[in-house]
Amino acid sequence: MIHSLFLINCTGDIFLEKHWKSVVSQSVCDYFFEAQEKAVDVENVPPVISTPHHYLISIYRDKIFFVSVIQTEVPPLFVIEFLHRVADTFQDYFGECSETAIKDNVVIVYELLEEMLDNGFPLATESNILKELIKPPTILRSVVNSITGSSNVGDTLPTGQLSNIPWRRAGVKYTNNEAYFDVIEEIDAIIDKSAALHNVCYTLDKVLSVFFCCFFFFKLSGIPDLSLSFMNPRLLDDVSFHPCIRFKRWESERVLSFIPPDGNFRLISYRVSSQNLVAIPVYVKHMISFKENSSSGRFDVTIGPKQNMGKTVEGVVMTVHMPKAVLNMNLTSTQGSYTFDPVTKVLTWDVGKITPQKLPNLKGIVNLQSGAPKPEENPSLNIQFKIQQLAISGLKVNRLDMYGEKYKPFKGVKYITKAGKFQVRT
Amino acid sequence: RHDDLKEMLDSNKDSLKLEAMKRIVAMIARGKNASDLFPAVVKNVACKNIEVKKLVYVYLVRYAEEQQDLALLSISTFQRGLKDPNQLIRASALRVLSSIRVPIIVPIMMLAIKEAASDMSPYVRKTAAHAIPKLYSLDSDQKDQLIEVIEKLLADKTTLVAGSVVMAFEEVCPERIDLIHKNYRKLCNLLIDVEEWGQVVIINMLTRYARTQFLSPNQNESLLEESAEKAFYGSDEEDAKDAKAEAASLAKRKPYVMDPDHRLLLRNTKPLLQSRNAAVVMAVAQLYFHLAPKAEVGVIAKALVRLLRSHSEVQYVVLQNVATMSIKRRGMFEPYLKSFYIRSTDPTQIKILKLEVLTNLANETNISTILREFQTYIRSMDKDFVAATIQAIGRCATNIGKVRDTCLNGLVQLLSNRDELVVAESVVVIKKLLQMQPAQHSEIIKHMAKLTDNIQVPMARASILWLIGEYCEHVPKIAPDVLRKMAKSFTNEEDIVKLQVINLAAKLYLTNSKQSKLLTQYVLNLAKYDQNYDIRDRARFIRQLIVPTEKSGALNKYAKKLFLAQKPAPILESSFKDRDHFQLGSLSHLLNAKAVGYQELPGWPDEAPDPSVRNVEVPEWTKCTSREKRKEKVEKPFYSDSEGESGPTESADSEPESVSEESESSSSEGTSSSGSEEEEEGSGDQSEDKEEEEKRKKKKEKEAPRKASLESAGRKGRGETSSEEASASESSSSDSESGSEVQESPAEVEAKQRKAPASTKPSPRANAVGPKEISLLDLDDFTPPPPQPVPTSSIVSTSLVTDLEGLTLTDTSLAPAVSDPISPCIPPGISHILPADHLNPCCPQQQAPHQCMPQGTPWVLQLSWRRLSPRLGWVLPTGKAPAGCWGRGASPVLSESLAPGDTASVVMGIDFCDSTQAANFQLCTHTRHFYVSIQPPVGELMAPVFMSENEFKKEQGKLTGMSEITEKLTLPEKCRSDHAIVQQVTSAANVGRVPCGADNEYR
Repeated sequence: MIHSLFLINCTGDIFLEKHWKSVVSQSVCDYFFEAQEKAVDVENVPPVISTPHHYLISIYRDKIFFVSVIQTEVPPLFVIEFLHRVADTFQDYFGECSETAIKDNVVIVYELLEEMLDNGFPLATESNILKELIKPPTILRSVVNSITGSSNVGDTLPTGQLSNIPWRRAGVKYTNNEAYFDVIEEIDAIIDKSAALHNVCYTLDKVLSVFFCCFFFFKLSGIPDLSLSFMNPRLLDDVSFHPCIRFKRWESERVLSFIPPDGNFRLISYRVSSQNLVAIPVYVKHMISFKENSSSGRFDVTIGPKQNMGKTVEGVVMTVHMPKAVLNMNLTSTQGSYTFDPVTKVLTWDVGKITPQKLPNLKGIVNLQSGAPKPEENPSLNIQFKIQQLAISGLKVNRLDMYGEKYKPFKGVKYITKAGKFQVRT
Repeated sequence: RHDDLKEMLDSNKDSLKLEAMKRIVAMIARGKNASDLFPAVVKNVACKNIEVKKLVYVYLVRYAEEQQDLALLSISTFQRGLKDPNQLIRASALRVLSSIRVPIIVPIMMLAIKEAASDMSPYVRKTAAHAIPKLYSLDSDQKDQLIEVIEKLLADKTTLVAGSVVMAFEEVCPERIDLIHKNYRKLCNLLIDVEEWGQVVIINMLTRYARTQFLSPNQNESLLEESAEKAFYGSDEEDAKDAKAEAASLAKRKPYVMDPDHRLLLRNTKPLLQSRNAAVVMAVAQLYFHLAPKAEVGVIAKALVRLLRSHSEVQYVVLQNVATMSIKRRGMFEPYLKSFYIRSTDPTQIKILKLEVLTNLANETNISTILREFQTYIRSMDKDFVAATIQAIGRCATNIGKVRDTCLNGLVQLLSNRDELVVAESVVVIKKLLQMQPAQHSEIIKHMAKLTDNIQVPMARASILWLIGEYCEHVPKIAPDVLRKMAKSFTNEEDIVKLQVINLAAKLYLTNSKQSKLLTQYVLNLAKYDQNYDIRDRARFIRQLIVPTEKSGALNKYAKKLFLAQKPAPILESSFKDRDHFQLGSLSHLLNAKAVGYQELPGWPDEAPDPSVRNVEVPEWTKCTSREKRKEKVEKPFYSDSEGESGPTESADSEPESVSEESESSSSEGTSSSGSEEEEEGSGDQSEDKEEEEKRKKKKEKEAPRKASLESAGRKGRGETSSEEASASESSSSDSESGSEVQESPAEVEAKQRKAPASTKPSPRANAVGPKEISLLDLDDFTPPPPQPVPTSSIVSTSLVTDLEGLTLTDTSLAPAVSDPISPCIPPGISHILPADHLNPCCPQQQAPHQCMPQGTPWVLQLSWRRLSPRLGWVLPTGKAPAGCWGRGASPVLSESLAPGDTASVVMGIDFCDSTQAANFQLCTHTRHFYVSIQPPVGELMAPVFMSENEFKKEQGKLTGMSEITEKLTLPEKCRSDHAIVQQVTSAANVGRVPCGADNEYR
C-alpha cells in the first residue's frame, strides 16, 4: 500500500525518507514541488497527486509535508489518516512534531516508522503498544543510554498486541491512581452579516454546528473497567468513539463503558443537535467600511459577553485577514494589544478577559493603497475564546464507576467551552 | 570513506556498534548512500544487543536488494530466528526475511511462510499474512501456493490475523471471491474487533463480495418506478394494458427478501460509523451507499458530516465523495446543508468542493437560502472561488426554473463588477442561461454587446460574439456594428475570439447581407492569411459555404439552415455526475480515472448465487448428529398434527416454514415472528415482522432499565457483542440446513433415535433428562416430544419452565441487588454464567437439583460443541475451568456428564455445529482470552449463552424476538413468549399451567 514516505519542510528540503518496499527515487517529489508551486498557498496543495507511475498522497502538518508514495489503488483516506497518525505519534514522542525534533531523534523516528508499517500496511499504530516497543526519549534515559549503551527498544512483545485490548499496555502501575477528564466543547459557527449587524442575539439558523470532545487523562493501575454516565445523554446527537468503548452498551443504555488506554487520549467526540443549542456566549458589534475613492477606511469592533452566562469569557483573540489593498492600520484598543502584519495582512487583537462593565473595543483608521479600488468584501472576523467551568451544551458527567480493580482512584472533571471555527461575517 | 564507522562496527563493544548503526541509519534517513558499509553491517546481524539488531535489520531491508550475494550471509540467522521459542523473535525474523527482496531465497521464504501460517502465536500468523504479498511481488509464480496459505489463514479465527490476511487476499488474488464464502460470516462477526486498518480493507472487500453474491435491495423499487412512469405517460389504452400487465408481472414476481447474510453485513458494519478513524467511517459509508436499501442509506450522512471537522485533507476526500453521493441521494444531506457553508478561511480547494455540494443540494425549497449564501461568496477575495460561485449560480438557475430570472438578473449586475475575471465568468454563464430563453432577453444581449469594448478575457469575448451572432435577429442594429469593431481588431484577438468573429460574420452575412457583405469579405480575407491553420480552414470553409459561386450550388441553399439552426441549450452538470461508477472512497474515484490495481465494483447479479455456499461445512463426525436434529424438526409438525392442538402453522409443511423462519430470523436482527399465526402469513412479509419487532423492542426498552442495570454489573469485554451475533448467525444457518434436510429423514426413525439416547442414560436422573431437555431448549416450540411417555413429557415441560426460570434468575442474580426472592437460586445463575466450562459442576451442588438439572444440561451441551468443534481440544477449556471455584469442585463431574451430554448434544446440535462452527470458535477464543489474560468476567460469558438460546427459540419461530439486543432480554418477555409457545404447541394442561405460574412469579 504505502510505498515510501518523504518528509519535506517548507523550503522544499527532503529531510527524511523511508521506504517499505523497494526504493523510490527522490525525484518523484518533483511532481509534488510542481503542484506546490502551482498552489501558491500551502493549504491548497492537492492531497492527492497523480504522476505517471505513482500517486502521491500528502498531508501538511506543523510546517512539514508528509508525502507518501502509492503505487496501487488504496482508499486515500486510509493513507491520509495513517499519515496523521504518524504525525500524532511524533507529537506524542517528542512533544512536538517539528523538523528539528525529527532530525534530533532520527533513529527513533526510523524505528517507529518501521514498527508502524510492514510492507506498507499498518502494523502497530496504538501509542500504548509503540511505547512498549520503543521507549520514548527522556533526558534521564538518554543519559543512561549513553553511559551504559543500553537501548531504548523494548525487548518483550507488547502484550497488548495479543490481547483483546490492544490500546492498553499491560502491567501498568501507579502509586497514585487518578482519572481526570476534560470535557472540551468547541463551538463552530458562522455568524452572518445580517445577524451580526442588528443585534446581540444571534438567530439559530445563522449558527452552524457545535462540536465537542471529551479528552481523558488516566493514570490507573491494572486493568480497570470504567463506566461513565452522563446526566443528559440525550443531548448527544452524533458521537464517535475511541475503539475501547463498548458500542452495545452505549446503544442500549447510553453509558460509556470501557477499559481505558493508559495516558492521554480522546474518549469520544460528540456533536449536539442544533435544536438543543443554547446561546452563543459572545457577541460582536462591528463597523468596517471603506470609502470610495479615498485611501482610507474605518474600523470599529466591540466584543461583548452574553449576559446569561455568569462565567467570564477569557483568552479572547480576534484575527482578521484584511484585504490586500490595506497598507497599514492605525488603531487604538481599550483593552489588550493588537498587531498588524503588513505582509500577510493579518490583524491580530489579543483581548484577554472580557469584563461586562467595560467592553473591549478596537477602532481606528485603515490606510489603503492609494489608487487601488475599494475592497469589495469586508473581512471576516475569526474569534477565539475560552470559558472555564462551563459546558455550553449543558452536558454533565453523572458518575464514573470503576470495576475490576480494588483501589479507589482520584477523579476529576473539568469543563471548558472554547471557540472552534468561529467566524463572524461582516 | 566511513572507515571510522567500519571500525566501530568491528569493535567488541555494543555501545560502539550501536553508535555506528545510529549514524548509518541517520544517513539512510537522509537518503545518503551507505551501501559500501554492507559487509561490515551484515556481520552484526547475529549481534545479541537487540537494538543493534533492529538497526541492522533496518539497514538490511534497505540495501539487501542491491547486494544480494552478501545479503545471503544473513539468511541463516533468520532461519534460526524462525525456530526461536519467543514469538516476538519468530515474527521479526520472518518480517525481515520476507522484506529483503532477494529472489534466490524465494523457496526459503515460501517455506517460512507456510510454517508461520500454522504457528501457535497469532502474532506470527499475522506476520505470515503480511509476508504473503511481499513474496508475491517478488515472484508471482508462487501464486498458487500462496493462495493455499491465504485460504488457510482466512479460516483463522483471531481478529489479529483477519485484517492482514484480507489485505494479502486483495493483493494476491482479489478475483478468488470463492475463498471468502466460507469465511464471510466469520469476517462479518469479527469485524468490530479487528484493528481499524484491517476494518477498512475488510469492508472494502466485503462490499465487492456482496455485490456479487446478493440481489440489489432496491430492485423492486426501481421496478415500481418504472411501471409507474409507464402508467403515467401511457395515455393510450394499449399503454394502460401494458401497465396492467406490468403490474401483474410485478405481483407475480417474488417480493424481495434480503439475504440474511446481506443483512448481517449491514448490521455489523453500522456501529463502525462511530469509529474515530475517518477511513473506517468512509469505508462503511461507501458500503452503505453501494449495498444498502435506499431507505437505510441516510444513516451515513451524519457520520460523513462529522468528518468535515477533521483535517483539511480528510475534508477534501470526504467532500469529493459527498459530492458524488449528493447527486444520487440529495435528500440524504439536505438536513446538513449548513454544514457545507463556506468559511473565508477554508482553503480554496475545500471551498470549491463545498460549493459543488451546495449546488447539488439546491432544490426549490432551499434555493433562496443557498442563493443568499452565494451572494456572500461572490464578494470573496478569492477570485477562483468567485468564478466557481458564478458557475454554481448558473447551474442552480438551469436546474431550478423558478429562480432563473433572479439568477440572471444577479449575474447581469455582476457584469458591472470591477474585477474582470468576475465579469468574464458571468458572461460565460449568462450565455449559457440565455440560450434557454433568448427571446426575452435582447436587453441583456445589448448590454453585453457594449461590454466588448472593455472585456479582455478571450473566453468572455468569444461568448459575447457567439451570443450576438446567434441572436442577431434580436439585435439587428447592434450586430453589424460589433462586427465592424471586431474586424478592426481582428488581428490582435486570441484564436477562439477570431473563430467566433468568423462565425458572427457568416451569420450576419446570411441574415443581413446588405449591411455586412463587405465586412464579412474583409474578415474572411484577414482570416485567410492567419497564422493559425484552424482559422484559415474555417475561413475557407465558410467562404465556400455562404458565398454563392457556380460550383457550390447545393450546399449554399442550406447555409442558413446550417448556421441558424436551433441549438439545444447546454446542460450544466456537475463534474461529479458520472463518478459513481467508481467505488466510492477509492483512489480511482478521487482521481476520476482508473488507478492501477483498481477492482471494479461489479453490478448486482440478476439471480442470487446460491447462498448455501456460505454455510460452514459440517465436520464429518458430527454428521449423524445433524441428522437427528433434522428429525426433531420433522417431529414437530408431525406431533402437533396428531395432537391437533397446535396452530395451523405447525400442520403446514414443515419445510417451507423452516425456510421462512430462517430468512426472517437472521435477516433482520432477530426479526422473529411473535406467534405461529403471524408466521404463516409472514414468510415473505418481512416488513410486518419488523414492525412487530420494533414494537416489541420498544416494549422491551421500557422494561429494560431494570434489566440493564442488572446486566451491566456482569458484562465485560467487547468480545461479547460479536459472539452474540455469531451465535445468531450460526443458528440461522443451522436452521436453513435443517430445513433442507428435513424431508430426507423419516420422522419415526428420528423419534426412535431420540428415545434411544434418553433411555441409554439411566444412571443419574439428571443425565437422562438432560438430552430431552436439550432438545427442548433447542427446539423450544416442541415442548412436549410426543414419543415420550406422558409423565416424561410433563417432566420435560416442567424442566423447560424451570429452565426459563433459571435464565431469568441468572439475570437477577447477576445484579448487585440480590434482594430478589429467588436468591437461593443464585448458584444456578452462576453456573450459567460460566457456561461452557463450568456448567455441569453446578448440578451436584445445587440446592434445588431438579431445577438446576435442566439448566445445567443444556449448557453442557453447548459446551461440548465448543470443545469438539474447535480442534484445539479439551485441554484448554478444562484446564482453565479450575480457575473458577465452581469448576474445580465439579471437574470430575464435568467430564462424566459431558460424555453423556456429548452424545446427546451431538444428536441435538450437530446442525448448530456446522453452521456455528466459526461462531463457536469465536466464543471460545474470547472466553479463552479472558481466562488467560483477565479474570473471567462473569457477565460477559453470560450474554453469549443467552443469545444462543434465544436465537434458537427465535428460529423455531415460536419465540418472539429476543432479538440481537441480547442485553435487553427481559423476564416478562421470555415468560410470555414461552407461555405462548407452550400454549400453541402443546395442549397439555399441566405444561400450560406451569409456565403461567412462572410468568406471574417473575413479573
